[in-house]
Amino acid sequence: MENIVLPMIVAAFVAASASLLGSFAILKRMALVGDALSHVALPGMALALLFQFNPFIGAVAFLFVTVVGIWVIEYRSSLSLDTIVGVFFTASLAAGALVMPEHDLIEALFGNITDLSMAESVFSITLSVLLIILILAIYKKLTLNMVSEEIAQSIGIKNKRLEFIYLLAFALGVALGIRFVGALLMGSLVIIPAASAKNIARSLRSFMTGSVVFGVAAASTGIYISHLYAMTPGPIFIMISSGIFITTLIIRQLRRPRSGRAS
Amino acid sequence: MKVLTVKNLNIEFGGTKVIEDLSFDVEKGEVLAVIGPNGAGKTVLIKSLIGLIPHRGEITWVPGIKTGYVPQRMDIETDVPLTVREFFRLRGPEATDKRIAEKLEFVQLDLEILRKGFGEISVGQRQRVLVAWAVLGDPDVLIFDEPTADIDIAGQESVYKMLYHLQKNIGLTVIIVSHDLNVVYRHAQTVLCLNRKNLCFGAPKEVLSSEQLLALYGGEGAFFDHRHET
Repeated sequence: MENIVLPMIVAAFVAASASLLGSFAILKRMALVGDALSHVALPGMALALLFQFNPFIGAVAFLFVTVVGIWVIEYRSSLSLDTIVGVFFTASLAAGALVMPEHDLIEALFGNITDLSMAESVFSITLSVLLIILILAIYKKLTLNMVSEEIAQSIGIKNKRLEFIYLLAFALGVALGIRFVGALLMGSLVIIPAASAKNIARSLRSFMTGSVVFGVAAASTGIYISHLYAMTPGPIFIMISSGIFITTLIIRQLRRPRSGRAS
Repeated sequence: MKVLTVKNLNIEFGGTKVIEDLSFDVEKGEVLAVIGPNGAGKTVLIKSLIGLIPHRGEITWVPGIKTGYVPQRMDIETDVPLTVREFFRLRGPEATDKRIAEKLEFVQLDLEILRKGFGEISVGQRQRVLVAWAVLGDPDVLIFDEPTADIDIAGQESVYKMLYHLQKNIGLTVIIVSHDLNVVYRHAQTVLCLNRKNLCFGAPKEVLSSEQLLALYGGEGAFFDHRHET
């Protein structure tokens, strides 16, 4: 039992920061970009394993370059971000899968948090806490930026800088979470809790809180169940998360039958 | 006193000139209406004034001036998880309950609206919330990019009344993009006719001749020159 308490705590912190980051990806309607972004970490991890340095550093390096790329594309070119993401990010998942030593591939794709060392655990928790603090410090500006860039600009918010900081935080959050759920499922760790919370939340406060609660609950339960049945925790987490999502979706449909968009 | 001077403003998108050699200025406390046909560059001009769009030429605000900005339209999901109260709070510590209530009274909205979702209120209500949001920062200049068809006539009337009231009582300078010449005649001291270039600039009754309107809107001039007294 004791040997899963630490992984459960780590998973809870990692999930908390990922879900918080995810709530803003959902607000910005970039769920797909966030999901696909995590795939880019794979070739970085593969190279790290080949040249025997820490896969986390490999993942962060690749994610960093990609995030800068996304930021530049958004501001400097007329190319559609969705197209770039669709082609390039999936290609990097494929490239990563080819380069990755075969015995590490499954773990890189689906993650495994239960064999974290003490040092790694402390590092993950610390970085998660820092990310949470960062997001809480800038969430008002972020929300305003996502509601209307023009209004944000009009009260002196530096939109480009803010988006860059957010993307960097996002990249770090993804790199952290990959150890837990793997490169293939990481997007879900970020997106599903926030998407579930959005189904039932009317206020920003309940949206952010709900997202974190769902993420933490699914992550810790996921680790516990995976330990009970000796399974990989990542996929279990996603199944539980999806269960929460479907439940909130039903609640939403029951509460308000109509939905749509206004301008 | 001039609060804003624009000199030889040029804006291009991918080689297409959207604004060409535009010069004008705005006096403190006046209402400047910007009119022109669709695609004349009105919204582009407004966005360049608040620094959103790169440009050549000079846009000079009097130092220390505070501007408030009301966008033309917002693409908001009806179920965006944000209440109107939270939207006000995004401004920061200046958005106290007392001040929010004050500004809501200005725009003639019930306090009740604070509990509603920002995406579920009507377009007209949102427009007023945005005006209240903009004046919450006690701006010296309000820049107002008017929505076109989204808002009903009664809603528009009350927004103008409110702007007029703000200008009269607190000496607010207003720069407004308008599509309704009737409003321009009644509320604006100065009008800027824009169709990529500055086609006319001055008091509405002096510069808005039929020929001017014909030049500005092409054949549509007659259609736009309708005054209805209410």
